[in-house]
Amino acid sequence: MSQTRPAMTSMQRVLTAVGHQEPDRVPLLLLPTLHGARELGVPIDTYFSDPALVAQGQLRMRQRYRHDCLYTFYYASIETEAWGGESIFRDDGPPNAGAPLISDLEAIQRLSPPRIEDAPGLRRVLETTRLLAAETGGEVPIIGVAIAPFSLPVMQLGFEAYLDLMHDRRDLFDRLMRLNEAFCVAWANAQVAAGAHAICYFDPLSSSSMVPPELFLETGHPIAQRVIQQIKAPVALHLASGEGLPIIDHLASTGAALLGVSCHEDLGQLKQASRGRIALFGHLNGIEMRHWSAEQAEQQVKAALAAAAPGGGFALADNHGEIPWQVPEEVLLAIAEANERWGRYPLDWCDEAARAEALRAGVPESDTAAETASAADTAGAADTDAAADTAGAANTDGDAGPLAVSAARSAARTDVP
Amino acid sequence: MSIQAAALRDALLTLNRIRALQLLQAATATMAPLKVVEDLVRPALEQVGDLWDRGGCALSQVYMSGRICEELLDQLLGDPTRPSSSDLTPAADSPRLAIVVLEDYHLLGKQIVRTVMRSSGHSVRDYGRQTVDDLVEKVCFDEIDILLVSTLMLPAALRVEALMRRLGDEAPSTRVVVGGAPYRFDDRLWREVGAHAVGLNAGEVVGLVEQLQRGAR
Repeated sequence: MSQTRPAMTSMQRVLTAVGHQEPDRVPLLLLPTLHGARELGVPIDTYFSDPALVAQGQLRMRQRYRHDCLYTFYYASIETEAWGGESIFRDDGPPNAGAPLISDLEAIQRLSPPRIEDAPGLRRVLETTRLLAAETGGEVPIIGVAIAPFSLPVMQLGFEAYLDLMHDRRDLFDRLMRLNEAFCVAWANAQVAAGAHAICYFDPLSSSSMVPPELFLETGHPIAQRVIQQIKAPVALHLASGEGLPIIDHLASTGAALLGVSCHEDLGQLKQASRGRIALFGHLNGIEMRHWSAEQAEQQVKAALAAAAPGGGFALADNHGEIPWQVPEEVLLAIAEANERWGRYPLDWCDEAARAEALRAGVPESDTAAETASAADTAGAADTDAAADTAGAANTDGDAGPLAVSAARSAARTDVP
Repeated sequence: MSIQAAALRDALLTLNRIRALQLLQAATATMAPLKVVEDLVRPALEQVGDLWDRGGCALSQVYMSGRICEELLDQLLGDPTRPSSSDLTPAADSPRLAIVVLEDYHLLGKQIVRTVMRSSGHSVRDYGRQTVDDLVEKVCFDEIDILLVSTLMLPAALRVEALMRRLGDEAPSTRVVVGGAPYRFDDRLWREVGAHAVGLNAGEVVGLVEQLQRGAR
């Protein structure tokens, strides 16, 4: 058994992992936002109306969960508020973006990006960032957020109108992208100037769940490259639960240092495909997390660590970039405790688990390193994905597969005989 | 799946509207409109939806496939749910269907499912965005048999529980199919909220509706 490493600050830990080296333990980039309101005992809308409350909430949550970052994300529609949109608050989740602010596509011709200093919501985020920077003195990474120019129109136009624009009106699409790029760079760099150490660039539309790879290469990819090279801090590209394995090479070439990955993908495969090029963070399922027991939380953490943490280049996080309000504090504590227990480098237990798995499977020991991830990932996911896995296996039977699978799934998805 | 349906699927996935039009024109020359929908359009859209479910295509392709089919069917046959298109008018014993987005403001999922349902020959009342109270009132007034509920955010998905309680009291025979992102991330969520079924892709919903219809008889 190797010795554990000297303790690092959160900043050292994250930088080491992002540099594809092993720090003292796997960084925990827990990204709670709404829980800060609960921590302070105030309604969600009150919480986000006061930058000092959000700063205090972030500091208290970090003290409680011992994670390795402070997260200045308020809610997604705060950016469209700057463009004239509305946020609709509720008491059990993040505010929803209101009706799309652009109802006539031709209005894009007359649109101009808002100034950051004119947007009260964005000013509140900047004030929270300054308060946190003053409080922590550079020992803890402060992560700001900017919605990608390619993804912001889902809130600006509505999803359907945006897809129509993308396919039917490339002239207006290109103009909107230029405006959004200017806004995104200005907004990201304002956060950096206020003290953010990194920017999380949320781009779910670029995921292969949302647009096909060839369309991504024409659109989201060059936009990401242009924007990321202008942001004056490291960038984490987040697909917000969208899938990225089919485009992993292109995601790695955007200039982003980190990639937020989906729980619907095999973390071991993602790690193999991205090793040494872009670090990963994820991929705990925040929706399922609502009803995890402490034991389930530990299993999920172990599975993720075994799949992606050996060798560095990985941080543990949820897979969406925002922990749902309904997730109990006890689950977040169980995740933190499991990472503290199992995430200490060197991760000898991963090798032991891989060897045990290999012995059971009759695989030569020299092959076990590559098997570690998939074995552990399978173990962690088995209870939730069994139906889907079965369906996937059935698809190897040929062209009749998908319909047969669909029928089998349908049977599992209705209580009516 | 027939060769023609597979060809239509491929044309839709590549957004090749001209090829899709040629295939549908050829089919309508020799087949009754209902047969074209049953044998070509529906299997093609079901496969596109299923491909998305398995990571084989993107949501934008699902949306565009439905849009192209709907436009081409309107062009070739007239609106498949309009009374003038008598060959495709739903039979008198067809279930009364409605689709709604619960509480959220973004409607893509609903639009995709509505389009696939229409392209498969089903008439669906579109309730747009509704709260639980208003929705229950509409369902009762219209005597809806099967309600398709789309949600985007977890809180809205959880509100289905309140909807099911109200419908249990006021419209107990109405069957509810839920769908949307939260259900894709938690296999147990649809049962937790008391829905009768979950449709994880648009193509699947057509089969589920027919299954529920058979179960209700």
